[in-house]
Amino acid sequence: MAEVTEGGPTGGGTPTVIVDDLHIVYKVYGAGGDAEKGNAANALMRVLRRQGRPQMKEVHAVKGVTFVAHHGDAIGIIGRNGSGKSTLLRAIAGLLPPHKGAVYTNGQPSLLGVNAALMKELTGERNIVLGCYAMGMTPTEVREKYDEIVDFSGIGEFVQFPMSTYSSGMGARLRFAISSAKTHDVLLIDEALATGDREFKRRSQQRIKQMREAAGTVFLVAHNLDVIEETCNRVIWLHKGKIRMQGDPQEVLDAYNKA
Amino acid sequence: MSQPESALADAQAGGRAPESLAALAERYGLRRAIARPSMPAYLRQLWDRRHFILTYATSRSVSKYSESALGQLWQVLTPLLNAAVYFLMFGIILGQSKNIEHYPAFLITGVMVFTFTQRTVTGGAKSISSNLSLIRALHFPRAALPLAYTIQELQQLAWSMGVLILFVLATVQKITWLWLLIPVPLLMQLVFNIGMSLFMARIGAFVRDMNQLLPFILRAWLYASGVFYSITERTADQPEILRWVLEFNPAAAYIEFMRDLLIYERFPERWAWVTCLFWAVFALVGGFWYFWRSEERYGRG
Repeated sequence: MAEVTEGGPTGGGTPTVIVDDLHIVYKVYGAGGDAEKGNAANALMRVLRRQGRPQMKEVHAVKGVTFVAHHGDAIGIIGRNGSGKSTLLRAIAGLLPPHKGAVYTNGQPSLLGVNAALMKELTGERNIVLGCYAMGMTPTEVREKYDEIVDFSGIGEFVQFPMSTYSSGMGARLRFAISSAKTHDVLLIDEALATGDREFKRRSQQRIKQMREAAGTVFLVAHNLDVIEETCNRVIWLHKGKIRMQGDPQEVLDAYNKA
Repeated sequence: MSQPESALADAQAGGRAPESLAALAERYGLRRAIARPSMPAYLRQLWDRRHFILTYATSRSVSKYSESALGQLWQVLTPLLNAAVYFLMFGIILGQSKNIEHYPAFLITGVMVFTFTQRTVTGGAKSISSNLSLIRALHFPRAALPLAYTIQELQQLAWSMGVLILFVLATVQKITWLWLLIPVPLLMQLVFNIGMSLFMARIGAFVRDMNQLLPFILRAWLYASGVFYSITERTADQPEILRWVLEFNPAAAYIEFMRDLLIYERFPERWAWVTCLFWAVFALVGGFWYFWRSEERYGRG
């Protein structure tokens, strides 16, 4: 079960991402508890007693994960909620520091997702430009990609309207179109394909495939196992911060479904 | 535990002899993802992101007023109303106008100049702490955020200066060649503000209570900066050192500089130039260095 089946035509190429015994611990504020009733008197007592913040909790989200990803791999990461999937992606992207162990990468892995940079009060038009710049494109690249993004998202004349007027599907399509406009060495996708109608899902899978060919390595986190099965040549099953199983999508998904 | 074995299997997949993953990374030139760039590299990255900084600043300005009926008109209305309220309060009701020539213009100049620094400092302190999701999703030099907030305030300042100049024209009714120098103090103040907002951005990112405390600090600063009164006049019978300290306050220096040019037809004295320049350079260098030192820690719990 632990043997790695190097599926896919390009698996076994040059390594692009090496994750070596990675541990991630982060602090959560405001987790709350019995000690904190949330009024001013309690807060004052806490300060007087020099107790710091009792509601701070440490979460050991990833506990010793090790794997090597190669050029041409599309790796699906599956697992229940809270199993550390998103944390692992952020660590690969270099956005979370390892507590122990290391992540070695080639170039700059990028999380697919510009959602945080977009502003819903602004028109789609402005958001496309803003999102492209946020991903580090040059003005020439933005001009080149603009029409392609509008076409791909299929939102038509809605591009002139503020994003707050979009349906959730339209918003998701535009966000995916913007994020996927840039080519990346190592691409990390977190649940990006969850929304949109069937037609858009098909096109976005097409796009992921293209990006996978252009990019080298793709990591995909999704709850929708069909997407993983169709897109990935390798699957890692995370359970409580550890790798439960990894290898050929078919085998891992079967085991995951039985568990 | 299956993962070490499988990792080894991975490493051996190409028929190579077993080796540590660190050595494998070394051989293929892979690097650790977390590292702070050197200062020159950081500045270069920041320059590469100039379009993002500008677009982000403009987008924030646009979205800020998008909910209100009057929209962008508020960029002009805000300074106008501000000036009106202060004029009513300190110019008419409390009445300080007897000793100071052109008191309304004196007051409004002080308010406008101070507001520029005040808003930049407030924005800078929030620039990291209120954009954590952006920081956690994308790679960019984090100094882009406080810079964007400063540029947003610069756009606002352009409107305020328009209002101010019209106000001075209406009340003082004199234009002099010295007005050509108006961009000079503004530029020095802008540089000072950039430094301050970088400095405050790091403080605001790690000292969680700063955003609650800041309004009080800024109000104390406002009262100390000679916006409503003349420092020279008030310290006339006080020890010289007190006047010197008050006038060394950067906000007071920028305000006095602007008043000299705009209202009193005076070429600013040498100490004013020295103070303004000193604070601009000191704040920029210090603020930038201080912010950069924590670059890799922003957005991490």
